[in-house]
Amino acid sequence: MSSDPILKVEDVQVSFPVGGFGRRNSILGVAGVSFEVNRGETFALVGESGSGKTTLARAVNGLQEISAGSITFEDQRIDELDPRAMKPVRKRMSMMFQDPVGSLSPRMTVGDLVTEPFRIHGIEGRNLRDEAERLLTLVGLPTSFDSRFPHQLSGGQARRVGVARAIALDPALIIADEPTAGLDVSVQGEVLNLLNDLRERLGLAMVIITHNLHVVHHVADRTAVMYLGRFVEAGETEEVFSAPQHPYTAALLSANPEPDPDKTHDRITLPAEVPSLLARPSGCEFHTRCPWAQSQCSFDAPERHVTDERVIACHFPLAPGARPPEQKESVLS
Amino acid sequence: MAELWRPIRKILREPLGALGLFLVLFVIFGAVFADLLTSWDPTKINPRDRFQGPSANHLMGTDQLGRDLFARVLHGGRIALFVALVSTAVSLVIGIVLGLIAGYGPRWLDNLMILLFDAMKSFPTVMLALALVTLMGPSLTAVMVVVVLVTVPGYARIIRTQTIALKTSEYVTAAQSMGASSARILRVHILPNVIGPLVILASMDIPVVIGIEAGMSFLGLGVRPPTPSWGSILNDGFTNIRDTAWIAIAGGVPIIITTLGFTFLGETLRDVFDPRLKGR
Amino acid sequence: MTTLRIDNLNVSFSTEAGPLHALKNVSFDVPENRIVGIVGESGCGKSTLINAILGLLADNGSIDGGSILFEGQDELTSLPSSRMRDLRGPRIATVFQDPMGALNPVISVGKQMLNIQYRSTLSKDEKMNRAVEMLELVRIPDARAALARYPHQFSGGMKQRIAIAMALMMEPALLIADEPTTALDATLEVTTIELLKDLQQKIGCSVMFISHHLGVIAELCDDVVVMYAGEVVERGTVRQIFQDPRHPYTARLLECDPARQSERTRHLPTIPGEIPDLRARPAGCIFANRCDLVSDACSAPPPDKDIGDGHVARCIIADCPEETGVTA
Repeated sequence: MSSDPILKVEDVQVSFPVGGFGRRNSILGVAGVSFEVNRGETFALVGESGSGKTTLARAVNGLQEISAGSITFEDQRIDELDPRAMKPVRKRMSMMFQDPVGSLSPRMTVGDLVTEPFRIHGIEGRNLRDEAERLLTLVGLPTSFDSRFPHQLSGGQARRVGVARAIALDPALIIADEPTAGLDVSVQGEVLNLLNDLRERLGLAMVIITHNLHVVHHVADRTAVMYLGRFVEAGETEEVFSAPQHPYTAALLSANPEPDPDKTHDRITLPAEVPSLLARPSGCEFHTRCPWAQSQCSFDAPERHVTDERVIACHFPLAPGARPPEQKESVLS
Repeated sequence: MAELWRPIRKILREPLGALGLFLVLFVIFGAVFADLLTSWDPTKINPRDRFQGPSANHLMGTDQLGRDLFARVLHGGRIALFVALVSTAVSLVIGIVLGLIAGYGPRWLDNLMILLFDAMKSFPTVMLALALVTLMGPSLTAVMVVVVLVTVPGYARIIRTQTIALKTSEYVTAAQSMGASSARILRVHILPNVIGPLVILASMDIPVVIGIEAGMSFLGLGVRPPTPSWGSILNDGFTNIRDTAWIAIAGGVPIIITTLGFTFLGETLRDVFDPRLKGR
Repeated sequence: MTTLRIDNLNVSFSTEAGPLHALKNVSFDVPENRIVGIVGESGCGKSTLINAILGLLADNGSIDGGSILFEGQDELTSLPSSRMRDLRGPRIATVFQDPMGALNPVISVGKQMLNIQYRSTLSKDEKMNRAVEMLELVRIPDARAALARYPHQFSGGMKQRIAIAMALMMEPALLIADEPTTALDATLEVTTIELLKDLQQKIGCSVMFISHHLGVIAELCDDVVVMYAGEVVERGTVRQIFQDPRHPYTARLLECDPARQSERTRHLPTIPGEIPDLRARPAGCIFANRCDLVSDACSAPPPDKDIGDGHVARCIIADCPEETGVTA
């Protein structure tokens, strides 16, 4: 890891209040996460629904208050800033949302949507029409699109408009929440290629949040796997994919059906569903689903083991190509 | 131009909508060109001509003071439409502002405003009218204040509910993440998306407002004589129904025509543009 | 016997801007006891196809020709709606992406499972036992107790499995599964697929499985139908389609799946262009405007070329594999 982080997240926690009068309580959506993103680097957050990846992204973007930890962006603590002080930061860090069409205001034209960042930040002295043209060209849309409304766009086109909005003010970091969600296979490549081109040309850093591991494999330099609001494993994408050390990572990777009918599926079946955040398991939180779990795992939470190339939270990291001890008849509960 | 024609064509395709549009235009025409359509002064008393039936001279006859009823009906239409349009517009503006604040603002403010809206709604209209007239004296302003107080809570609640729904939508979150101020989010991202259904509902309230104006003037709580109002014409008609039925007819028919016209038009607007609102 | 035979089906919708030809000359079979995958991207006509089969086309839609023959006897395009209602549910069951579409939130799961069996002559106890048996089949733990619970008390994966149990309870001849695993997480998706395959074999029904997820199709299905812009561009067995695709669209689509790229690449393949406007279908090949193998001959309607063993592709060069430039 080079030491030029643009974003530094340290021990961040996000808690949500639950329950009404009498039994007020809180759950941790993000339960202590640390990572760094370097300039020009693509960092992927992977996990299933409820793993806290979107909450974490929103916390980094200041849309969600954090209850502990710190977030440093371009050498400035941003987690304590009030909205006014946060505004200039928002020029440098933009976010793309899951729903390509739903994240565009339905009664605004593409031209207005693309130039909205300039209006919000009161940037004068630029011809907004020219800017709209420049941005639409940059993301590969015909300039005639500027008078269209979001409902007249296909998913891929709407996503391109989203990208144009995200890069309008030349940010240093883009946070993309499921950038390929809702897109057809033949179109998702276009969007990923576009993001990648822009990353190279503009030197952007990116945080990509997704559940699609195949996508991560191709676009991310480093990958972190989240489970119940914590990182269970993080490292160079190539290495995490070729030799997962955490059983959850291994299970996720093996759960990815591949478009090859003759592929023999040597699958690691998880014997249970994701536990509720209201009742986090004791010890290692993955032990209720882990095929390798031993008695120690049920009461002793594993330390996060940090080396130069890998972060791993497991008592018994897997050797490359490890198979579950004996695959029990999968009983879902 | 085509943008403007499309909705009108859609309305005309519905028989009731076409009828409604025709009636409304008819009433507006009468009110706007009142001075051209008759040379009589609606307030000029002419005791020698009292209780005349319709004739070429007095198209609808005259009332107990010999005033020309046709002129009074046309000018009364001006009052009715003026009250309806101005007070509905004022209600819309106040309702939208309050609704946006309640929906987008902090939770405690929302709770407080909901309490206020409910309290206002629970007042019977007639009681409210009587109380206000006692305070202000009978006048056109009193009528409009009553209308605003009666309709604002409903409008505000509709806007509030929709604002709350949109507050967490992705495009609003996206605007927040770009650093947009609350004022900008409300103006650019929320208002344009909540205003449509409300305007349609408000257009359906216009006949109600005309009814309130006529009713209050009938009771002597509204427009002060000798200013013509359909309600006061109707009242004159009832007092003198033994002498002639013409006065009551002249006061009643325009109310019916206008109410039906706006109701048909409003319902067609709703069905054509926002079928989800059906049955409200 | 084929469970479902669709022959030259054409469906169009009347819209303000003129008629929209949503399905054009669609033909394929769902043989008995097989799982047929329907693959296609948005706008390919999957939903129209399902609605046409179920007799649930929107008011402005009409079947302009062709036939949908169910179990060799019922012609679904002209079936009276009362008979259609008898078929839907007991004979043709459905599972959709959102299981809550099939589950009533205010009625307990057990009661709903009893209600489905209203036609059956079994006693109430026997019906109950049947419900428990089905829940056990879809691996709902503690099935008997689960009957008393309400849908919201189950997780998303369990809700979908309950919906599957309910769909299969009357042992239908055909199950139409429309993206049933799309909303599920990857680990749940694979278990649900395995379960579906298991149940299909136990019950012996045919399944029409609609998905845009190529990996799921490859793993689950016996036969595959590839749809594009309302046409079946290619159909065959899962191996024929995935290992020897003959229609350029199928070939490109398979290439686009990042799972297919084992080498890490920063530049992913795509299919440039858009689906043509279905209100103004081109006279010739529907894929011509995006195809890089296009020639003058493509401006004429392409034939359905039979490559053999039930492998059919609607492309003039389908019988010359080297020209489609396909790599398995």
